[in-house]
Amino acid sequence: MARVSLDGIRKVYGSTEVIKGVDIDIADGEFCVFVGPSGCGKSTLLRMIAGLEDISGGTLTIGERVVNDLPPKDRSIAMVFQSYAIFPHMTVRENLAFGLTIAKAPKAEKDAKVAEAARILKMEHLLERRPSQLSGGQRQRVAIGRAIVRHPGVFLFDEPLSNLDAALRVDMRMELAKLHADLGATMIYVTHDQVEAMTLADKIVVLDAGVVQQIGSPLDLYHRPANLFVAGFIGSPKMNLLKARVEGVDATSVKLASADLGTLVLPRANAGVSRGDEVTVGLRPHHLATASREQRVGSQPTGDQRTGEQQIGGTVKLVERLGNETLAALTLASGQQLIAALPGDVDVSIGEALRLAPQPERASLFLSSGAAVN
Amino acid sequence: MATIASDNRGLRLAVRYAVLILIAVIFIFPLIFMVMSSFKPDQQLLNDTGSFAAFLPVGDISLDNYADAFKRAPVGLFIFNSVLVTGVTVILSLLICSAAAFAFVFVDWRGRELVLTAILATLIVPFETIAIPLLLIASKLPWLGFDGLTFGWLNSYQVQIVPFIADGLTIFLFVQYFKDLPGELIEAARVEGASWGQVYRKVVMPLAGPVLATAAILKFLVMYNQYLWPLMVVQQEGYRPVMVGLQYFFQLNRAWGEIMAYLSLITVPVLAFYLFLQRAFIASIASTGVKG
Repeated sequence: MARVSLDGIRKVYGSTEVIKGVDIDIADGEFCVFVGPSGCGKSTLLRMIAGLEDISGGTLTIGERVVNDLPPKDRSIAMVFQSYAIFPHMTVRENLAFGLTIAKAPKAEKDAKVAEAARILKMEHLLERRPSQLSGGQRQRVAIGRAIVRHPGVFLFDEPLSNLDAALRVDMRMELAKLHADLGATMIYVTHDQVEAMTLADKIVVLDAGVVQQIGSPLDLYHRPANLFVAGFIGSPKMNLLKARVEGVDATSVKLASADLGTLVLPRANAGVSRGDEVTVGLRPHHLATASREQRVGSQPTGDQRTGEQQIGGTVKLVERLGNETLAALTLASGQQLIAALPGDVDVSIGEALRLAPQPERASLFLSSGAAVN
Repeated sequence: MATIASDNRGLRLAVRYAVLILIAVIFIFPLIFMVMSSFKPDQQLLNDTGSFAAFLPVGDISLDNYADAFKRAPVGLFIFNSVLVTGVTVILSLLICSAAAFAFVFVDWRGRELVLTAILATLIVPFETIAIPLLLIASKLPWLGFDGLTFGWLNSYQVQIVPFIADGLTIFLFVQYFKDLPGELIEAARVEGASWGQVYRKVVMPLAGPVLATAAILKFLVMYNQYLWPLMVVQQEGYRPVMVGLQYFFQLNRAWGEIMAYLSLITVPVLAFYLFLQRAFIASIASTGVKG
């Protein structure tokens, strides 16, 4: 187990800088997920930690050692690749023992560690098989087993579930979470799938264009996105982002207005905005409710919400019924689209005019620079 | 409808087989002619030519031509020389060229593209253009052997082997094949602590079976059929390979039967080697997209 620290890490290819000074601290035993869109640099960053890419600038520390110039084998890491990268000409046992064979470990130690990994991953019966005789999930388990056998300080996962089908991905996700709980090892995991990020991580690092956008716990990122990029990236369906103008500011609230929102009062103290500022309001689809539903379930909206002043009206253009919830896409007065996640059996239909009640205390507010107002 | 479709398919299949059989016949009949003629006296061989009997073991059949061929030339020695030179060259070539290709594909070093381009450029240089300079070099090179340090490689095995160990085509074949291997396998091995040498021995080479077979067959054919170079550098009978040995039969009293017996004898190793590696050869040609 080991702490990992990235301090001003940079990566330059020719004249192109793809990682632009990244600072991340990953505690011993933490499950840290790098997430971001394709090309954001998350895999490059992981490969730099693994030692598969040179570090152009900054300091990488694993445990107590600066490892910038150490080869992969001396970094106390093990890596699981997206394509599994298990050796097709070796049996499962030989694959698991590969690192120990290279290190010329005694046979007894090799056998014991392979047996332990096989037991943890429940694949004792597969040890004499070749990779071609295994399913995708079993192959991925072999790849993880090969990492376990080495007892590394840090496990690195590069989109390990991307090649699996949806059902298997859910199973393997749970197995990984259990593995982390059992081993208590530091794990760094790269994915573009925010569900994986949210469900597995102790800490999520959101990257875009080689820059860290936000570091925090899954719920931190969900409830308090640091900027518009994180707000749009974390959460499914995406957060609705609506332009508005500041109409008034007092000690406890900010009053906003726009064609789509009408008038919306957000409870915000010391928001750092002033009258006339152009801002963006972020409303999660799950934080919107039909006005009628609120009355039916008897919830008690605060302040002006009950008067109907704080309602957003639009025309339903699309209804997606998922069973447990229904997603309704509305077109607002300005033509902008807004998504609302409503109860599964809600009574809405395409073409219907619908009024939605936002929860102002859960809304996010962003300055024109994109930074969030806390 | 179904009947018409299946009839069409049957017809297409019949035509395809007919064409394939025709091609096979065109290629195999000269071989049959060679082998059959090797059992016949010259007069009968010439009489049979022009009729189908040329392809059949009919008439005065014997092994006399083989016995005479061995009397006329040291056939066994020539085959031994050729097999030795070819075998050693093939083995060393596979080792050296695959190692070179490994360094070109997997190891990051300054100038590798330039060096690879230069090596591939040698593919367009015909051997005949470098034969004389190569002869001059070979005639002066030092060699540390059982006799101590000597100069000049003429009349030796090494002069037939060393210049042909590394070549552009074999390196190219390995480079193409290695480029198709998943890079993550190599990275996984590196992360697991393997050195470049271990990656080469334990991961890359065990997966290189098809390209090894292809390169081995191509190299074998080139080396076994060597004629110009051994003719230039080997004057002593003791080092002569089979193709140069063919000259013995075109000197005084040419005997076609003996020639056919000699050709049959020297064709056997090639056929045996090809059949041994055929399956892997075809798989590799298909997978690398290189035309055979």
